[in-house]
Amino acid sequence: MSRISDAFKEKAFIPFVTGGDPDLATTKQILIEMEKAGADIIEVGIPFSDPIAEGPVIQEANERALSAGCTTDKLFDMIKEARETVKVPILFMTYANAVFKYGSERFMERCVDCGIDGLIVPDVPYEEKQEFDGICAAHGIDYISMIAPTSHDRIRMIAKDAKGFVYCVSSMGVTGVRSEITTDVGSMVKLVKEVTDTPVAIGFGISTPEQAAAMAAKSDGAIVGSAIVKLVAKYGKDAPGYVGEYVKSMKDAVRNV
Amino acid sequence: MSEGRYGEFGGQYVPETLMNAVHELEAAYEHYKNDPAFIEELDRLNREYAGRPSLLYYAEKMTKDLGGPKIYLKREDLNHTGSHKINNVLGQVLLAKKMGKTRVIAETGAGQHGVATATAAALMDMECEIYMGKEDTERQALNVFRMELLGAKVHPVMTGTMTLKDAVNEAMREWSNRVDDTLYVLGSVMGPHPFPMIVRDFQSVIGKEIKQQLLEKEGRLPDAVVACVGGGSNAMGTFYEFIPDKEVKLVGCEAAGLGVDNPKNAATIANGSLGIFHGMKSLFCQNEYGQIAPVYSISAGLDYPGIGPEHANLYATGRAEYVPITDEEAVEAFEYLSRTEGIIPAIESAHAVAYVKKMAKEMTKDQILVCTVSGRGDKDVAAIARYRGVEIYE
Repeated sequence: MSRISDAFKEKAFIPFVTGGDPDLATTKQILIEMEKAGADIIEVGIPFSDPIAEGPVIQEANERALSAGCTTDKLFDMIKEARETVKVPILFMTYANAVFKYGSERFMERCVDCGIDGLIVPDVPYEEKQEFDGICAAHGIDYISMIAPTSHDRIRMIAKDAKGFVYCVSSMGVTGVRSEITTDVGSMVKLVKEVTDTPVAIGFGISTPEQAAAMAAKSDGAIVGSAIVKLVAKYGKDAPGYVGEYVKSMKDAVRNV
Repeated sequence: MSEGRYGEFGGQYVPETLMNAVHELEAAYEHYKNDPAFIEELDRLNREYAGRPSLLYYAEKMTKDLGGPKIYLKREDLNHTGSHKINNVLGQVLLAKKMGKTRVIAETGAGQHGVATATAAALMDMECEIYMGKEDTERQALNVFRMELLGAKVHPVMTGTMTLKDAVNEAMREWSNRVDDTLYVLGSVMGPHPFPMIVRDFQSVIGKEIKQQLLEKEGRLPDAVVACVGGGSNAMGTFYEFIPDKEVKLVGCEAAGLGVDNPKNAATIANGSLGIFHGMKSLFCQNEYGQIAPVYSISAGLDYPGIGPEHANLYATGRAEYVPITDEEAVEAFEYLSRTEGIIPAIESAHAVAYVKKMAKEMTKDQILVCTVSGRGDKDVAAIARYRGVEIYE
């Protein structure tokens, strides 16, 4: 059974942070604070030189992390250390080339060794998922599928094969805080639910407790990245406490919708 | 199942948000490429607007000077807008129009593809926005104004290395933001399927004309065809017709910058390894963790860390060979062709000319070599002057 699917006992809050921004020690503290504050699953970005699905906030975090010397190996080591404390499922989010060039087999082995539960690769669509989904499954890692506002007739096809949860992209374009989410996510979630019991979490554009509550009401959980990465950009090494407070406010907002 | 494969290369590695858009483009292309009205309209634009067919010029002085094979130059520099880029954009923008799109976006390196796209957009009444690395907007300031003159909006891209790859990133981000009324007019034989195929098909007019023109002039096929390669569109257009003609050697010239052993280069075949980036599985300049390398070339149009998937396959199967040419060699060739034939080539094209000079020494007088001059060098004059220590600014 998937630790990730099991984490949706109540409406879930899934915070994201870019690994190694501003440094790995801070990321480790952020993960610990996120769990303490009630995060149900934590998503960690492996920084990539050219993150084409990200808006400016997370792009800059990727640049900061890489300039500070973060590598995939160092990130694995940090996750392994964090695992002594952090028990909730942890997902890696990164781009196809970071996994492919590392060597998919070797990457999955290290994921298992470090306690990574799932993988999100935003530049790999359904048609190319055989690049990674089989090897993920062979190592007990959930390969997370994404659906987007443009997916329409593709939603059922994608959802049928979904593992862990379905990542429902709420908005067009790239990651980033939005003042309003206009997509009819309710209809998207409904199509998923027609074909699978796998939970659905909504991400992209969410930053306020009100937005998180509204999205969680329509699905099984909310994912927030840019708003957290902004706190890291603002507070640097002092960010863990601020991120913890923020995560708590978001989890409180989604818990009982 | 994944589509658009050339051996193990190619594919469609884009965010889910863009999948229906690339499928829509593929369906439209499959329909219109066989539509007689579309074919006729594109043919008319090529002939009456772009000035096709481009000349196949016998470079007699160069031939005599080098003392080897007969050298022909395929004069894509004579096309409207000054490069081969117009071949692709007339096709893609016409396709966008047929698809009911009202807006086109594009990336550009040297500015040639941006200028061509802005030109086609002006002609066909499309809104046009161009993404260009900040560094390139400075290297090619005149082209920025040219695009604006044509009615396009130019966005300087400030992220990453602020060059061509970052312009592609930003154009892809913008496309995922707005697909309904917008087509991303990709400028090279790269990116997700169907772009490598569409761009190749529209550029293949180069090789088709070379074959026909050379048969008329010489009654035979060339022994070799040579073209410069960044993403690889003019080279693919030159090669494609000759792929089945095994006796014709295909040579791509990539930008080695300060040298293949110097970190400042953009020689993907020489230094790259297999990866997945910008929608395709292909060869890329990257580090052990798959971080895309910051590449360098004097030529903004070849300053790209990857190569189109069909080229990667031509290389892997041994059908084509790829050679690195340094900045210094390219600048010398730029000056050489200017003085010898009175043709100022684009600095990109000068990479091909540089290799022709080397290759000619190993060929005989009864052989024929065709070099594609992909663009004209007006845009590069100030940069070459600066390279030679003369401080001219545009």
